Amino acid sequence: MLSDLQHSLLNGGSFAHGIHPPDNKHYTAGKPITRFPFPPELTLLLSQHFGKPSKPLVRPGQEVVRGEPIAEADGFMSVPLHAPATGVIRKIDWAPTQKGPRVPAIYLTVTPGDSQEILYGAQRDIDQLSPKEILQAIQDTGLVGLGGAAFPTHVKMSPPPEHTVDTILINGCECEPYLTTDHRLMLEQPEALVRGTQILMRAMGAQRGVIGTEDNKRDAAEAIKRVLPSDGSVTVKVVPTKYPQGAEKMLAKALVGREIPSGQYPSSVGLGVFNVATTNQIGTLLPMQRGVIERVVTVTGPGVDKPGNYLVALGTPLRFILQRLGYHGSAKYLIMGGPMMGDTVSSLDVPITKGCGGILVPRPEDIDNLAPRRTYPCINCGKCVEACPMFLNPAVLGKLAVKRQHEEMLEYNLLDCFECGCCSYVCPSSIPLVQYFRVSKAMNRELKAAAK
Amino acid sequence: MSASSDKPVQLHTSPHLHQPLTVEKIMRHVVYAMLPMCAWSVYQFGLSVLMLLIVCTAVCIGTEHLICRWSGKPSTVNDWSAAITGILLALILPPGFPIWMAVVSAVFGVAVGKMFWGGLGFNVMNPALVGRAFAQAAFTVPMTTWVPSMAPGRFTQFIPSTWTPPLMVPRPIAEWLDQIAVDGFTGATPLALMKYNQESTETLALLTGTITGSAGETSALLILLGGLYLIVRKMMDWRITVSILGSAFILSGIFYWVDPTIYPSPFFTLFTGGLMLGAVFMATDMVGSPETAKGAWVYGILIGVLTVIIRLFGGLNEGVMYAILLGNAASPLISKMTQPRKYGALKKREAKA
Repeated sequence: MLSDLQHSLLNGGSFAHGIHPPDNKHYTAGKPITRFPFPPELTLLLSQHFGKPSKPLVRPGQEVVRGEPIAEADGFMSVPLHAPATGVIRKIDWAPTQKGPRVPAIYLTVTPGDSQEILYGAQRDIDQLSPKEILQAIQDTGLVGLGGAAFPTHVKMSPPPEHTVDTILINGCECEPYLTTDHRLMLEQPEALVRGTQILMRAMGAQRGVIGTEDNKRDAAEAIKRVLPSDGSVTVKVVPTKYPQGAEKMLAKALVGREIPSGQYPSSVGLGVFNVATTNQIGTLLPMQRGVIERVVTVTGPGVDKPGNYLVALGTPLRFILQRLGYHGSAKYLIMGGPMMGDTVSSLDVPITKGCGGILVPRPEDIDNLAPRRTYPCINCGKCVEACPMFLNPAVLGKLAVKRQHEEMLEYNLLDCFECGCCSYVCPSSIPLVQYFRVSKAMNRELKAAAK
Repeated sequence: MSASSDKPVQLHTSPHLHQPLTVEKIMRHVVYAMLPMCAWSVYQFGLSVLMLLIVCTAVCIGTEHLICRWSGKPSTVNDWSAAITGILLALILPPGFPIWMAVVSAVFGVAVGKMFWGGLGFNVMNPALVGRAFAQAAFTVPMTTWVPSMAPGRFTQFIPSTWTPPLMVPRPIAEWLDQIAVDGFTGATPLALMKYNQESTETLALLTGTITGSAGETSALLILLGGLYLIVRKMMDWRITVSILGSAFILSGIFYWVDPTIYPSPFFTLFTGGLMLGAVFMATDMVGSPETAKGAWVYGILIGVLTVIIRLFGGLNEGVMYAILLGNAASPLISKMTQPRKYGALKKREAKA
């Protein structure tokens, strides 16, 4: 393990490799978070998180109040769901999702003219809670990683008993181009962020909290510095802008110079890593005993008339958002999430979920630049090898994938790839490397299942 | 895939962004980087080199196009890589090389050196060097017949050997040499002078290219400029060039230090023959070089060392070509041995993670 000083000398305070795509955050970086109106109907997916779907607590025709739990956690690896608006349950039925497959969802018709006041919840003193009670409280909020992974936060906060966590890292890098939700949250609500960090530290027994952000968000770092606790337990670190700094493993390297061993949790090197939006929600919701019912979404891109950072109720369909904000073209190529790891969506009925932080709308004339280009054979240029933040060899992996030698790819550490997209981004031959790797991983899963 | 604008909805996997650099663009800029060199060699040797450049390039492109057609594949000539092969081949042949022999070498280089392997990206060795190696074996005498640079009348008449009828031995050039009457021309390159006569040439002459040799190996300065352009545009791996030149310089420096009467000075090594051209434009051919950074160093040093050893101890006075070909051949192995250490690799293999 390197000391902090050695680390900053060797890596300039960042991780090694990675890429510098144009960040295009200028569309929305200066736009304060504003509340978005409620749509006539919300589509609340029962599976907005990694793990088992929530179990519905409501029946069609039932009236619910904003903030009321409408689905409960189904076991430890699951979270509850709360009504984002006062209204009536219309039905429980299938709904389209960002990733593609349809999943069951609760359709909630919003009562027009309601004050939409949150009547659920009550103030409580977090400092009186034991770490175990905090964990339960966090599961009750329905919190998942709001950075995109949507992994239940309370599970992440429960490391194996043999690991001791000494430092909590808060990920404010937001390295995805275009997105500015974390930036605005840090800038506008630094108190909630610091409170959330302190709650996390207490729950996991960590002595230190480091909030990391990139040097294109210095204003946010300054805002946080003004509200840091005087005991110095929480600090802010600004690192050079680079993609994918927001990845857990890269962040650990960039902020404290620790390398998370392959296949291990961050807790194995004494770390807990949480996203800014998640931490903000912990700081906001926990003292009020409330659940996650809305999130900040950056709606951006040259194709949208009124780009901005909007506080959107969960379950709001894309169609409603785009119609309210105005967009050019026919939304043929619509990205949910960031341009590096987000998904193109097939339907405007796809709702906003807990893990969705951005909607990117290109103009029709931009589509040709986004769509896959003509591919050439691999010319061994090695640019992917120099870009891969995991220090894999995408060139060799890609060649093996073409030859369908999926099992041999495991020897070249296929499973360490987290699909950040750096290799595909830099490839001058425009080989869809990440797509190949996704297929190969799936093939290996099938082979493994067949072997059993 | 049909035109993207006709589709109602487009679904693609991430990432949705791509950097603007493409293979076609890289190859095109390599051609641009070689143009000053081409212009200089035409100025130096005249019409014959111009013809050599045109013919080699056209034949390389044509061969690739035809082989693509015969194998029922879309033509790949618009990626510019065949043009690079043609220009490089012309630049590493002697200026008065008979055209028909150049055609045969070009066809051989592209067909056997590139297309038989599967085309761009699949070839093991640099196709231009394969072509030259073929010429060296098949046409030994013309490959070692040199003409003086800056000959009078070079823009109005061809070197007599250029237009040798196909399948004939080259016309003798002795008469032509007498006619243009260049004083003190021995018909030997600086390397040959060194090897067989222990006669050195001034570094300045080597640097600017007022010497004789293959068309493109004469001006180290223009080669370096072209290389610099590609390095700045991130289209070339500087590690390979630096390690070849560095290792050749250091190794020949050691020999020179041991006995300066037998061995040439390291500067002489650096600026003579094809070393500069090879280090900048041929060894850096991405296809034949390792893709890892560490591998690039190993590969470069291997080529640098082999060049010096062949030059000083081999039967030939020039060793760059074989050194690079051997480096190309070793490249997959070097790659395999220099795989990056993945992030988070465990120091000791644990029984169960």
